[in-house]
Amino acid sequence: MKSELKTTGAPSLEELRASPAFPTPEQLRRGPIAVIECIEEIPCNPCEAACPKHAIHIGTPITNLPRLDVDQCIGCGKCVAACPGLAIYVKNFTYSDCDCTISFPFEYLPLPKEGEEVEMVDRHGKVLCKGTICRVNNAKGNDHTAVITAVYPKTFFEDVVSMKRLKN
Amino acid sequence: MNEAELAIVGAGPAGLSAAIEAAQKGTKVLLIDENAKPGGQLFKQIHKFFGSSAHKAGTRGINIGAQLLQETQKLGIRVWLNSEVCGIEQGHNLWIIQNHKESIRIHAKKIILATGATENAVAFPGWDIPGVMGAGAAQTMVNVHRVLPGHRFVMVGSGNVGVIVSYQMMQAGADVVAIVEAAPKIGGYGVHTAKVCRAGVPFYVSHTVKRTLGTNHVEGVELIALDENFKQIPGTEKMLACDTVCLATGLTPLTELAWLAGCKFDYVGALGGNLPIHNEKMQTTEKDLYIAGDISGTEEASTAMEEGRLAGINAAAALGYVTEQEAARRSAEIWESLNSLRCGYFGQRRREAKDHMLKKGAEMIR
Repeated sequence: MKSELKTTGAPSLEELRASPAFPTPEQLRRGPIAVIECIEEIPCNPCEAACPKHAIHIGTPITNLPRLDVDQCIGCGKCVAACPGLAIYVKNFTYSDCDCTISFPFEYLPLPKEGEEVEMVDRHGKVLCKGTICRVNNAKGNDHTAVITAVYPKTFFEDVVSMKRLKN
Repeated sequence: MNEAELAIVGAGPAGLSAAIEAAQKGTKVLLIDENAKPGGQLFKQIHKFFGSSAHKAGTRGINIGAQLLQETQKLGIRVWLNSEVCGIEQGHNLWIIQNHKESIRIHAKKIILATGATENAVAFPGWDIPGVMGAGAAQTMVNVHRVLPGHRFVMVGSGNVGVIVSYQMMQAGADVVAIVEAAPKIGGYGVHTAKVCRAGVPFYVSHTVKRTLGTNHVEGVELIALDENFKQIPGTEKMLACDTVCLATGLTPLTELAWLAGCKFDYVGALGGNLPIHNEKMQTTEKDLYIAGDISGTEEASTAMEEGRLAGINAAAALGYVTEQEAARRSAEIWESLNSLRCGYFGQRRREAKDHMLKKGAEMIR
């Protein structure tokens, strides 16, 4: 199989679904849940230690792919800023009838402001829809990786992964 | 002549870790670096490191550098800055030029070379006009000197350096219009590539830069597709407007001092070229000379720090500050961590190349 990750830079949904951490479409829609887009064996495990519910497993060797125990994950988002690869976000399909939320890591300045309307993008940076920022968490413990929560239409639930960088 | 028990050349992640490990056991260490500040490349690594959470993973390189410097100060390690080691004689005597004017010689009982690596360049028509630079150079300008060298970048090379520097140029406010890779597959870690991809940066695999456009400064590049034999395919040219071209086309270990000292070498392509043969103690064929970090094969800061610790503890043992048993115990601990870093899709090839080197080292160094 030709790897989209290794030719375009971003993984395809098929590649993600084949990894042990990626929730099934049903699990994804249950409520707040961590989505880990980490499909290559690299030596890295801070997400495992960051999870207060011990829902993420890597073990030894540390090149094992992360596994998510979906029933233990409460979607708290502690893993989002802890992941050095910026490869984890939390999605909530149950936010409202028409809208869902995503909490994603963001390391570009300026940061968006709460209430601001921004452009939500897919894995290739394509703008899919507008979103509204409802939280900007830049706590000291995040060490400059802000966790941004945005509300956006459910139609784009699976494909949105971040927002377009703002210009000064 | 000046005397030193253990002289370490290079105060990057490997040299600092070696100095700390040896000084903790009581060794009197002299750490020498040609730069005005210690830390090597750590202070331009503003991203969070991978690795084990037991070993500072998730910490930004710049903060790891600060922690190592603090430790160095606490242990009272002697540090000579603005000091270029230009020669090595009889395996023990270092010739140093300080502050570009003073010549100093020093006799060291043991020496650790932690000299790092240098960036490779690729040549194409117009590679010599302003605006073409090493990716590491751009990273130094932005993260150390706070100067953004351009606004629209083309990155040549899709390994971790190319992808991380692309990300950091965008963090500094620039745009990256392309990452160009001659191979049919992207080289860097998928999490890094996904990060720049969702920022809208396109990857051009099986492509290269045919030439740059512009006379006094880069105004654009002409890309061209490559076939499976890396031959340019006429008719596939594509123009991209940009003002800066960064080259992230690999690193070569800085081995001059090891050559001068008479170390035996072996060519290991997977680790960056000609390398001083070494054993599991990081000892070379010149028994009082150790190596650590990129000079022993280009890898990452996390492995460089572990190799520094290995060289440090074994040099301390050779000087009589720790027993052979204690050094062996500590070395085993460090090796466990090193092996865990050299696993998986990316690490396996380096692991095999290192194993081959260590086998050679075990045969030749007794």
